[in-house]
Amino acid sequence: MSQAPQPSSAMQPVLRVIGLPHLGIGPKIAALVLALIVAATILAPWLAPHDPLTMDPLVRLKGPMEGHPLGTDNYGRDILSRVLIGGRLSLVIGIAAAVVSVILGLVIGMIAGFFHTADAIIMRMMDALMAIPAILLAIALVALNGPSVGSVIAAITIPEIPRVVRLVRAVVLGAREEPYVEAAIALGSSTFKILTRHLLPNTLAPLIVQGTYILASAILTEAILSFLGAGVSTETPTWGNIMAEGRQFFRIKPDLILYPGVMLSLCILSINLLGDAARDMLDPRLKKRAG
Amino acid sequence: MRFKTRNFDTSSVALSTEDLSVHLPDTPGQPQVLKQIDVTIRQGETVCLVGESGSGKSVTSLAIMGLLPEALKVTEGRINLQDRDLLPLSRAQMRELRAARIAMIFQEPMTALNPVLRVGGQIMEVMELHTQLPAAERRARAISIMEQVHLPDVERVFRSYPHQLSGGQRQRIMIAMALVLEPVLLIADEPTTALDVTTQQQILSLIEELQANHGTAVLFITHDMGVVAEIADTVYVMKHGEIVEHGPVEHVLRQPQADYTRDLLASVPSLSPRPARPEGDEIVLKVEALNKIYGGGGILKKLPQTHAAKEVSFTLTRGRTLGIVGESGSGKSTVARCIMRLIDPTSGRIMLDGQDIAGLSRNALRPHRKKLQVVFQDPMRSLNPRWTIAESLIEGPLNYGTPRSEAMAEAARMLTVVGLPENALKRYPHQFSGGQRQRIAIARAVMMRPDVLVADEAVSALDVSVQAQVLKLLEQLQDELGIAIVFITHDLRVAAQICDEVIVMQRGAVVEHGTAAEVLVSPAHAYTRSLIEAAPGRMWDFQNFKEMPEVTHANPS
Repeated sequence: MSQAPQPSSAMQPVLRVIGLPHLGIGPKIAALVLALIVAATILAPWLAPHDPLTMDPLVRLKGPMEGHPLGTDNYGRDILSRVLIGGRLSLVIGIAAAVVSVILGLVIGMIAGFFHTADAIIMRMMDALMAIPAILLAIALVALNGPSVGSVIAAITIPEIPRVVRLVRAVVLGAREEPYVEAAIALGSSTFKILTRHLLPNTLAPLIVQGTYILASAILTEAILSFLGAGVSTETPTWGNIMAEGRQFFRIKPDLILYPGVMLSLCILSINLLGDAARDMLDPRLKKRAG
Repeated sequence: MRFKTRNFDTSSVALSTEDLSVHLPDTPGQPQVLKQIDVTIRQGETVCLVGESGSGKSVTSLAIMGLLPEALKVTEGRINLQDRDLLPLSRAQMRELRAARIAMIFQEPMTALNPVLRVGGQIMEVMELHTQLPAAERRARAISIMEQVHLPDVERVFRSYPHQLSGGQRQRIMIAMALVLEPVLLIADEPTTALDVTTQQQILSLIEELQANHGTAVLFITHDMGVVAEIADTVYVMKHGEIVEHGPVEHVLRQPQADYTRDLLASVPSLSPRPARPEGDEIVLKVEALNKIYGGGGILKKLPQTHAAKEVSFTLTRGRTLGIVGESGSGKSTVARCIMRLIDPTSGRIMLDGQDIAGLSRNALRPHRKKLQVVFQDPMRSLNPRWTIAESLIEGPLNYGTPRSEAMAEAARMLTVVGLPENALKRYPHQFSGGQRQRIAIARAVMMRPDVLVADEAVSALDVSVQAQVLKLLEQLQDELGIAIVFITHDLRVAAQICDEVIVMQRGAVVEHGTAAEVLVSPAHAYTRSLIEAAPGRMWDFQNFKEMPEVTHANPS
């Protein structure tokens, strides 16, 4: 009978995600919160009242006071400044991990899905990678290379890649049997053209959704690693670092953990809500049920 | 031909709809989907509802079942099941009635059955929901109804899962489930469309037999005029949500009143083959001893093999059409895919313009791809939904170095050749109907100026009127450009209309090969004969509204 609306261009799924008017109230609030957090961290150098590393022994572990709206930590550093600046690295690591794992996973997944000979070998390697827990890998890398942003990103990215590969491979396996792909082979299109022009657009919608989940979990993993001391060096504030340091003074001054914790939670909650909304919009099965 | 038309005036009315109208209330303009449908079905009668896709026949059946999708609303009329109006009933009351009084079978039995439950349990579940019978009795009745639908080895089938049964067997299970509670009315929505023609014949006669035994009224929804001629007592012809004509089957087929009915009948392809065109002397495609074996790999244990194509050989000269016919699993698509080199043949030679392409590598094959194009069955999936028509049309020429502007001009010209407006270039596939998309797919193939066009069930998904137009287009292009066509089809009527030569395949092997006239009029092989005999409505000449002239079949001695 009636035909389901079909995407008319590769960009349409993307546009639909950005098309905020279609969102429910939950995802709208999430988008707003996330925008505020991102803006605050980007503008942190100008918004922060103090240098996050400057110590002031005279005002240690103080509550909110003039010049320090959220109080100070055990070295007398300004908490607000530290949380704002700390968010930058947390977000950068999260975004970098998401982008790197999506891109690498996309390339490997398309190769595995399209070339039968490569498939078995690649997928066994991915199974092996998937068996490595992010935290153990991070501890190992930090032990080898010392704490660095690169090690943390690598530690988070490597276990995520197989998940992306599996997703992309499944989409490609299904799409390559489509008659329009076989027609393209008959029309003499090169393998590269078939992969990039016919198959790649099919993977975009699920990748957008998967990307948001990776982003959220990467931010969280970074915080966990820093909290365990296996993350970025403690000289650079991140939300995880700040919480790790505040841990010892938890009984005297719980807000050392509270503020970065709230920021972290809000950030992850917003990203996940947006990811869910994107999934609902891009998954034709869910759409049919609603319509 | 003997029609069923029996007289039911004295039988009681099983179901009637009066002025049944259905709207789409939430769509702007509130389009009407059904307009004042009046249908009467009496006890023991078979009523066929025919029409092309979008005519509203399935909506009618869903309205009767009380299963309309949320978006559709019945706005007026009555649906009476034995004098009880169904429309005011609550969901719970309708649920009681379904299966017990009205049952339905669908086109695709695999999706209608639960794949993770044994079929016997699924039949018993129907009784569990609607009767108080003890378990032992339920089982006995399930076994009994399974015997009545002529399932083999009933005890084993009872314990089987749907995937362990064939398509025909699954449809028998569906019929058993539908009839186990002896409903007043059975609604069959294209129940044989997904089945092979020989299986279809068995299912049709099974429905007829059960109807005679149980006195069930049957509402049979179909697009196939052949099926109508075989089974209907009364026919209702639908178009755009309206009934344009109804009456006893013989009357409708012999003296159709409405223009639409005449057009519909006239587009049913005739089974009598058209004369073959003379064979040219320029051989464009020659297939020799082609074999394709699937499976057989495995490291520790040799996996089972399937011989999908066995020693297939044929030659095709410029401008001729070779039909490959057979039922599902006969290997006809395997042959097509091997010729296209979408899969690699296990052995044999494929000579395209004198060059063997069977063993060429992907790169070595590229220059030859141009000469060999394909049109697939499913018009919804054969064009990239994200590409404009122009992009799809010029894909091939660009691959072989044609400048973009030149390719675009050719694409615009080609569109008019296949009968589409030039402004279609900038639009996307979903803005076109199935028939139009198939024209675009043909245009895309012909853009390459191929020597050979492989049409894999290219018209099977289309309505008969559209089918006729697309076949005409193919023939026109063939005349103009001298393309040779390999036409894969399961439909003997279509084969009769377009093919010069026909190959009949069964289980991977060619069982018969000859001109269309030889194969379809005087078949030599038993399998070909069984295929022809199973073709529904084969004794009726739909286009001329009369019986087929008697043809003398070659008598096998």
